[in-house]
Amino acid sequence: MTDAALSPARLARPSALSFLGYAAGAMILVWALEGAGFSLDKALASGPRLADFLSRAWPPATERLPSLSWKMVETLQIAVAGAALGVVLSVPFALLAARGVLVGPAVNAAVRAVLGFIRAVPDLAWALVFVVAVGLGPFAGMLAIMMDTLGFCARFFADDMENVDKGPAEALEATGAKKLDIAATAIIPAAMPAFVSTSLFGLEKAVRSSTILGLVGAGGIGIELKVGFDLFDYQTAMTVILMIAVVVIAVEQVGAVVRRRIIGVEQ
Amino acid sequence: MALDAGTRGEAASADLAVTGLAMSFGGARPVFSGLDFAVARGEALALVGANGAGKSTLLRCCLGLVAPDAGAVRLLGEDILALGAARRRALRRHTGLVAQRHNLVPRLSVLSNVIHGLLGQAGGPRFWSHAAAPEEARTRAMAALDRVGIADLALRRADRLSGGQSQRAAIARALVSEPRLLIADEPCASLDPAAGEEIMALFFRLVRETGVTVIFTSHQIDHALTYGDRVLGLKAGGFAIDARAEALAPADFRMLYD
Ligand SMILES: Nc1ncnc2c1ncn2[C@@H]1O[C@H](COP(=O)(O)OP(=O)(O)OP(=O)(O)O)[C@@H](O)[C@H]1O
Ligand SMILES: [Mg+2]
Repeated sequence: MTDAALSPARLARPSALSFLGYAAGAMILVWALEGAGFSLDKALASGPRLADFLSRAWPPATERLPSLSWKMVETLQIAVAGAALGVVLSVPFALLAARGVLVGPAVNAAVRAVLGFIRAVPDLAWALVFVVAVGLGPFAGMLAIMMDTLGFCARFFADDMENVDKGPAEALEATGAKKLDIAATAIIPAAMPAFVSTSLFGLEKAVRSSTILGLVGAGGIGIELKVGFDLFDYQTAMTVILMIAVVVIAVEQVGAVVRRRIIGVEQ
Repeated sequence: MALDAGTRGEAASADLAVTGLAMSFGGARPVFSGLDFAVARGEALALVGANGAGKSTLLRCCLGLVAPDAGAVRLLGEDILALGAARRRALRRHTGLVAQRHNLVPRLSVLSNVIHGLLGQAGGPRFWSHAAAPEEARTRAMAALDRVGIADLALRRADRLSGGQSQRAAIARALVSEPRLLIADEPCASLDPAAGEEIMALFFRLVRETGVTVIFTSHQIDHALTYGDRVLGLKAGGFAIDARAEALAPADFRMLYD
């Protein structure tokens, strides 16, 4: 038999403070469910309704595939154009946000705060703002995607630049090189693989966002989803949902392969 | 141990004159304090000491790459710590740095890396890549690569070089701007003994040819004695050795590592 004194207790007795913490957590959850209108009755009753929806949505409206495909192409155009402009714009913002690269800590903090704000505004809210600014249509959607990509990529580009080995930069600083020249020759080239990887994540995010911009009139296939539901044309809606899923998964797969190849080349 | 007071106090004709230098990185115990030394024009100063003794920090202070807590650094006749950014850059056109490793930008060609050594002389986008660089810059960089014996590797990516080749490229980058003072922080630390010997011999042949003032660190006592005119041994925040190389024997260094 083992010595009981050497065997540690399996469960630590919660302290009064942690007990209070658990209790508070449980209360917050109950309060949140309440606010969210959680209803077991509705959840149980949803089964037959969902089944009804599925039976009316099946089979998907394959005869609409050609016209929906064109809408999907427009969606991808919005995503690619918005992501590309966002990535390009991200580089100057990231240079200003990265600590110890071009500018002092006060500017770094200010630019990071601006980027945090851009990120905090949801993509659909950006889309609504640009619909007001430039009118309905894909251009508003593209601008929304651009802002979304800028908030995401600029922040991570800045982190990527802060993380590169500082040895080469110091060697150039010792020869009297200017900060911009050092950034262009010793920091950005070293961060390039990370930039490409981050940009691919940005593109994946852009494709996902672009599929629902149509809900607020900012172009792309989302409008078909909205019209499908509004007109109870569930077969079309189902077709759109499946197309979105296929495209998003395909883009993620391609992104993963490209990313693996880039990282592979680096080794 | 031989202490040679005559090597101090030559500040007037010195390329580097350091007085009362102290650095603590904000901690309670200083890395070093009250350091005084001078390096004459064309002299090679060896800096030795145990890991963490503060050699790299001292070298960074000499170029103003980090700001010390106290003390003054006269580099090539100017008080570098008191200069504004632009004047400091102008002064550094005459200096260069070779560090032990991760010295080159890995994804770029050797030639681009060497051309970057000219950025202090003339910056701008044309100097960012060898493909766009002015012919004169390419010629100077190729000449520097030729002097270190790797002109044939000019277009190879820097991360595809052996340790010895990449140190040669780093030396070429440091020499291409024809500096007056070079700092070399363990220039052969990542190399095997034979390659390390080769790099040290090459480096000092080139700097002696052109009369460059050198401050270098090494963990190899024989390198300090062979290539240094004078040796400073850093221990417990001060110089435990300050003597001409010929006055020192390897046994004198043992106390640095106790
Ligand atoms: N950026 C920094 N911030 C805080 N402390 C630092 C920093 N750089 C160096 N130090 C500390 O200063 C001391 C001296 O470090 P330094 O790198 O100058 O030593 P060294 O003599 O070059 O050592 P080695 O032989 O290992 O290269 C160490 O204790 C180190 O931890
Ligand atoms: Mg060191």
